[in-house]
Amino acid sequence: MNIIETPVQLAQQAERQLPSAEHREVVFDVSALTVSYGDKPALKNVSLEVYRNFVTAFIGPSGCGKSTFIRCFNRMNDLIPSAAVEGRILYHGEDLYGAHVDPVEVRRRIGMVFQKPNPFPKSIHANVAFGPRVLGMTNDLDGRVERALQQAALWDEVEDRLDESALSLSGGQQQRLCIARCLAVEPDVLLMDEPASALDPISTTRIEDLMHELKRDYTIVIVTHNMQQAARIADMTAFFSVEVDEGQRSGLLVEYAATPTIFTKPADKRTEDYVTGRFG
Amino acid sequence: MSIAAANVPLQSGRKRGVWRGRIFVALLVLSLLVGFVALGTLFFDVLSKGVAYVDPVLLTNSPSSDPAVAGARPALLATLYLGILLILFTVPIGVGTAIYLEEYANRDRWYNRLLELNIQNLAAVPSIVYGILGLAFLVRGLGLGRVLLAGALILTLLVLPTVIIAAREAIRAVPSSIREGAYALGATQWQVVWRQVLPAAIPGIATGSILALARAIGETAPLILIGALTFISFNPTAMGPFTALPVQIYNWTKLPDPEFKALAAAAIIVLLIMVLLLNAGAIWLRNRYQKRW
Repeated sequence: MNIIETPVQLAQQAERQLPSAEHREVVFDVSALTVSYGDKPALKNVSLEVYRNFVTAFIGPSGCGKSTFIRCFNRMNDLIPSAAVEGRILYHGEDLYGAHVDPVEVRRRIGMVFQKPNPFPKSIHANVAFGPRVLGMTNDLDGRVERALQQAALWDEVEDRLDESALSLSGGQQQRLCIARCLAVEPDVLLMDEPASALDPISTTRIEDLMHELKRDYTIVIVTHNMQQAARIADMTAFFSVEVDEGQRSGLLVEYAATPTIFTKPADKRTEDYVTGRFG
Repeated sequence: MSIAAANVPLQSGRKRGVWRGRIFVALLVLSLLVGFVALGTLFFDVLSKGVAYVDPVLLTNSPSSDPAVAGARPALLATLYLGILLILFTVPIGVGTAIYLEEYANRDRWYNRLLELNIQNLAAVPSIVYGILGLAFLVRGLGLGRVLLAGALILTLLVLPTVIIAAREAIRAVPSSIREGAYALGATQWQVVWRQVLPAAIPGIATGSILALARAIGETAPLILIGALTFISFNPTAMGPFTALPVQIYNWTKLPDPEFKALAAAAIIVLLIMVLLLNAGAIWLRNRYQKRW
């Protein structure tokens, strides 16, 4: 028996019971999306669909634009003045970048967990309660905080110290707190930008188990540079790569398919080289 | 091979390098001593002359031509009032400016960059210039007269750049990941600033404000210029004539009677204690609320 399993083996083993193609509900419909910072393109001409209650993973080498891409879904790129987004993202049929869309409303429905755990320098309770408070969801706040922490599998570890600083938690606990913080506002989608890359293996496993649980209620989009992780948890996987054009590096989508397909019989040579470890 | 290595003496033959290091340290100690000895001499001089005069009479009596009963109560009170008004004026304006510059201003715009440059420059303008401005604009132009409020406003202008710079540093020290986390939960910019950035920056802002206050409390020149150099034997009001502690000290040192010079020394001790307390408060605040991210 192999102790270290390859992404390919993991992708074959993982159980996946997913709706067939005709029963898939599209949450995000991305077409011809191009993102640039100033006059430097970061990501060119990406089109794909993200399905409801799926875990969708974006993999690829550094600089391929996968983090830039995930930040388009909750309009976090709006915070960078030089960022410009072209093309279209439909969210349940509505244009995310439409003229009358308020990015604040978008972010209420589409939560985000960041690469480095970023708890607020406040108590554990105040961290989870922040979202509901700013959105005016203050009915039964304590119950809401408890449910969110339970969903994030953190409640048992913190229930008798909710008033302690969130900064006293371990890195893995902090990241689960950040997940709980998102869940407290009952989002539709969870975006995760390399959520486990700053964590130890045990914490990583816990986060991955958590994603399996959360998939039932949420649509999850995750960026990861860990291929084993993508193979273990993702239903669909998109492989991004870097292209050098006239001296400028930019990211592009190479291949998007069901995870077993990406890892066992990719259609593109570049995908195959990457998932088998020959490149990147 | 290991034997060969062991035969190499560990003592360095590079005596010159060693001496350079020692000379460098000696120079560092010397520069420390220059400041330390000068300040120490002043401090002990003041202490030896004035400590006997630090008594209830100094704190509770009004100035008088008889040194035995002369006190600095009106000046002391005026300095306290000036301090309170200064905080009331400086903190909201200074923090507001800092929030605008850090959180809202687009740094690519030329007018925002010009604003930043000017604030840096204003922090270096001599205090007497603020005094002249105050005299021309507040006392005469607006017709406020030579009153305590005018003094407080001039000191506000004087320390505002310092407070803005300190508050900006404190706001900038709040990691952007905190802002991103709050935005990602659907908070508006107002909520992000008011509920996350500002609370996290308060220790730094408080420290900077107190240090600015400590500087303003010792200021003399601009106050003399707007006419705080008068004989005041009654408690000050915001809209009345006033004198401040450093001005009172200056006043007493000019009198020929050596007992007044001792009184001046005693008032210096009182002023030093006030400034020391303010600085201690700033350090306490900093340690008490120091954040780790």
